[in-house]
Amino acid sequence: MTITTPDPRQGSASVFTAKSRARAFFQKYPILILLSIFWIVLMLAVAGLGHLVAPRDFMAMNLSERLSEPVGMGGTWAYPLGTDELGRDVVSRLIASIRISLTIAFLATLVSATIGVALGFLAAFLRGRAEQTILMVIDAQAAMPFMIIALAVLAFLGNSLTLFTILLGFYGWERIARIARGLAIAAQDQGYAAAVRDLGASPSRIYGLHILPNIASTLLVSMTLNFPEVILLESGLSFLGLGVQPPETSLGAMVGYGRDYIQSAPWIMLAPAAVIVVTTLCVSLLGDWLRDLFDPTLR
Amino acid sequence: MSDVLLSARALARHYPVRLPGGLLGRPATLKAVDGVDFDLARGEVLGLVGESGCGKSTTAKLVLGHVPPSSGEVRFDGAPVPTDRRADWRRLRRRMQMIYQDPLGALDRRLPIVAQIGEPFDIHCPDMPRPERRERAAALMASVGLRPDQAGSYPHELSGGQRQRVVIARALALDPELLVCDEPVSALDVSIQAQVLNLMSDLRDRTGFAALFISHDLKVVRQMADRVVVMYLGRIVEEGLPDQVFHAPLHPYTQALVSAAPTPHRRARNRIVLPGDPPNPVDVPSGCPFHPRCPAAVARCRSEVPSLVRDAGRAVACHLAQSAGGDLSPAPRALKAKVA
Repeated sequence: MTITTPDPRQGSASVFTAKSRARAFFQKYPILILLSIFWIVLMLAVAGLGHLVAPRDFMAMNLSERLSEPVGMGGTWAYPLGTDELGRDVVSRLIASIRISLTIAFLATLVSATIGVALGFLAAFLRGRAEQTILMVIDAQAAMPFMIIALAVLAFLGNSLTLFTILLGFYGWERIARIARGLAIAAQDQGYAAAVRDLGASPSRIYGLHILPNIASTLLVSMTLNFPEVILLESGLSFLGLGVQPPETSLGAMVGYGRDYIQSAPWIMLAPAAVIVVTTLCVSLLGDWLRDLFDPTLR
Repeated sequence: MSDVLLSARALARHYPVRLPGGLLGRPATLKAVDGVDFDLARGEVLGLVGESGCGKSTTAKLVLGHVPPSSGEVRFDGAPVPTDRRADWRRLRRRMQMIYQDPLGALDRRLPIVAQIGEPFDIHCPDMPRPERRERAAALMASVGLRPDQAGSYPHELSGGQRQRVVIARALALDPELLVCDEPVSALDVSIQAQVLNLMSDLRDRTGFAALFISHDLKVVRQMADRVVVMYLGRIVEEGLPDQVFHAPLHPYTQALVSAAPTPHRRARNRIVLPGDPPNPVDVPSGCPFHPRCPAAVARCRSEVPSLVRDAGRAVACHLAQSAGGDLSPAPRALKAKVA
């Protein structure tokens, strides 16, 4: 038997054959994940810089070019994705919609995650009466159809983009709060949080530096589930005329208004619908992948 | 006495419980710890032994201020130990630390071990410059026998013994005066146990911490402890030097406990087999709590609770071991046969 010294470049001596660098790369970043990252980055770029690359003003009408077909369906490159019932360029409208919808969805998800985690941790930390109160609020929120609340708030308080975003931020917080509370309570009883507490750590350190990173993966997955739902909720409210108001547009509003032309001009709603589907799928895929990436025991 | 670091006086912890029977269940009191007295001098290691459920771990929690005592008090360096987990309690963690039974559970699996070993500095010495914290964490790692290249490892990448070393290094980071070790080696296999125990003895010689060393393993306690306390059903039944307690046990329970420990030399040992299970701490027998299982119990044991009588560094709570003159002598082994 010979003793082989492990290659110091590798972490440990291994009986497996060395992988090529390309294979190792694709094993760490699967092709689907790379595509998702690419798509999300593209969407973020569109959200950030879309107005610079939009071929036309998204509100500019050209009534002589109403309902013209997109490129694949007999149209010309003048309007690559066709035009809508008022002769507005679908590409430019799509870019404007992505900007609005993604901004709303990201901010709203962030708001709901912040509220949820804060209240969940508070409940886990305080226990007793305060926890019961928070749980009651959570149950009350869960028992009420959010659409009705949203309608009421928008009807009474009027509509602005800021208010709309904050309102959507209240969607789904109760689920995140429940998860955060449950996981935090479990973590408190598990050794690591108790051990750090025994070291004399302050509650903010225990929750912020130890419990939060440990439960972040689960929260992240829950947030990626929340994100598509916020987009769909935004679409629903916009469709009902209570969300993003014309002349502003959003993915949901485009689908909603394009619905009337689903048989004669399906491209009006197909493009935003495809963006919704692909974006939400990519967010979910990325969430799952990040969850594994953040877990050192799975490395 | 000024060199008493820790003292417990009439320490008790009772939990209200409901007996089985759902809503109709009768409320009762579980006496996890019921009137325990002991002192721990600076630099002394006090071993706490007893079977599971006898209140060893609850005693540890009371000592550390994790749970408030139902009655009695714990004094650390003359001052009562706070139990509210506020700033005072947290500051006291500098001086009293704990070592856990399950090192993997006590470590954050998302942080490299060097960060966890250095965490006490982050918590208690925010003014300490970062390079010094790193240096001291590295020194701690070296002192418990971890290699410098393991600094970036995660807990799940280490063996059980190495994890326990990490926990020990973290506990000793701030030179605590008191270390509470709750079954520190019972989750490790025997060869690793010896390593970790030797490491703890070495560290103790170097830093001079006092320790409350809890174990159900008599060999381990014997190796580590300067003095031994035997607990049964939340009470102290016997106390003394390890050699005295393990060679000449006074209390019938200790006699049985010692006889049950395997030894390599005595082949035909005289094992005392106790009948029955330890009684439910909700329903402690009247008189001496040990009398239903005691091979030597007499009528008096059923009615009168024996008090812990101290004499020349030893103490025992047994009517049979306490003779009228105040001297303590081992309880006779088979009195029952004689009486019957």
